[in-house]
Amino acid sequence: MPINEYKPLIVAFCCNWCSYAGADLAGNNRANYPCDVKIIRVPCSCRVNPMFILKAFQRGADGVILCGCHPGDCHYTSGNYFTRRRMAVLFSLLDFFGIERERTRVEWISAAEGAKFAATMNEFTKTVAALGENRRLEDLRCKK
Amino acid sequence: MQKMTREALLEKARELLSSGKVSAVLGWKKGEFDYDVTPAVFDSVDALEDFVWGDFCGANLSKYLIKETKKHRVLVFLKPCDTYSMNQLLTEHRFEREQVHAVGVPCDGMADINLLRRKAGEGIVSVDSIGEEIKVETLYSDEPVIIDRREVLLERCVNCKSKKHAAFDELLSDAGEDSSSDRFQDVEKLESMTPDERFEFWQNELSRCIRCNACRDVCPACTCETCVFNNPSSGAENKAPVNSFEEQMFHIIRAFHVAGRCTDCGECARVCPEHIPLHLINRKIIKDMNAFYGVFQAGAEVGAKSPLLDYTVSDIEPGAVFDGRDHDA
Ligand code: SF4
Ligand code: SF4
Repeated sequence: MPINEYKPLIVAFCCNWCSYAGADLAGNNRANYPCDVKIIRVPCSCRVNPMFILKAFQRGADGVILCGCHPGDCHYTSGNYFTRRRMAVLFSLLDFFGIERERTRVEWISAAEGAKFAATMNEFTKTVAALGENRRLEDLRCKK
Repeated sequence: MQKMTREALLEKARELLSSGKVSAVLGWKKGEFDYDVTPAVFDSVDALEDFVWGDFCGANLSKYLIKETKKHRVLVFLKPCDTYSMNQLLTEHRFEREQVHAVGVPCDGMADINLLRRKAGEGIVSVDSIGEEIKVETLYSDEPVIIDRREVLLERCVNCKSKKHAAFDELLSDAGEDSSSDRFQDVEKLESMTPDERFEFWQNELSRCIRCNACRDVCPACTCETCVFNNPSSGAENKAPVNSFEEQMFHIIRAFHVAGRCTDCGECARVCPEHIPLHLINRKIIKDMNAFYGVFQAGAEVGAKSPLLDYTVSDIEPGAVFDGRDHDA
């Protein structure tokens, strides 16, 4: 593999109760997924303020994925239902501004789905890599 | 020209002020020129001399109720579209309904000074509405220019939401009717472009933004006591945007904060000194929410729950949102 090959930076917001544990399981099972996926643990997918997503892009993320418990399984009963509505509207709005819709994603991953976590990250990283670097919402001053 | 006369509004204002039913009147007064009409508070019958009513009374007075009702019982003149904003503010408990006497004024559509300027030229010294014509005198021509009023209406009046007041204590005329419009046409046009084209379109528009915050200040849905844009630690503090991130960030956050509460009153686009079509952003959100969660008009009823404060177990998945429109993939 050439050293300078472009690797997208992915920020994954994972809820504490399901998806973060799912990522743990993926690790325990030695499932492979790209090391360019940076996981940020949040108490609930609903904690993710739209600003977090914009900030991730500002700081150089090429794709942002939000993972939470499956609908109906939220530790706080209904948090992910609100996430679902909020992000449907926000991602569509980002797309309206020209931030390709493939760069943003919501995925429901339970604590038992380590394999799904790894597969999702592999697939998402590939999709974003095909789009190339995010230049639309990045802030050059945040780059090293 | 508005069919309703200034005299009719004045009569109502005088009556309520002198009977003591209200201690202030929220209306419009002339600015430096005939066309820069500004919202104003009148607290005596004598002060009403400056009161104006006409084709340039586009300003929505609802937001001023928050401040004025703390000091007065207020008579407010509301056009049909303005009443939605009042309802939305009541839904959010921004003031006491008893403090307000809302008088519904019929509206024949308000004029857009920018369109008028484009047609009549710069240096306008006076404007005068006669029937469906606006007579404009400019510094640079001896003859007044006559403009057809229907050609210089505000965008929001071309796509009028309704001529029917959503709330009032009394009406100055018969109740109006719902109007139908094709307000999502421009949004659809943008949606049919590729992401690259859309980005370019918005860069072209948003890079003009000077962060004057007029769009936020005028918005009847933006009523937080302390705004995120005034908070230096929010990461969205107020400063002139320097790159595409900051330009987009401000507009995404602003529009998202009013998502589900925006009544599509069009004030933001009206006041923007850079003529950025801000209504397209709000309308995109409204269009999406209508499609995903059922048609919802903020401010149609007091107490109605915004789609983003609600959910059903079978809501559409964010990924599925895009599957239906693969034409720009
Ligand atoms: S009113 Fe226009 S120029 Fe001013 S902050 Fe809003 S978009 Fe920018
Ligand atoms: S965002 Fe614009 S259209 Fe919506 S309520 Fe505020 S001023 Fe009116």
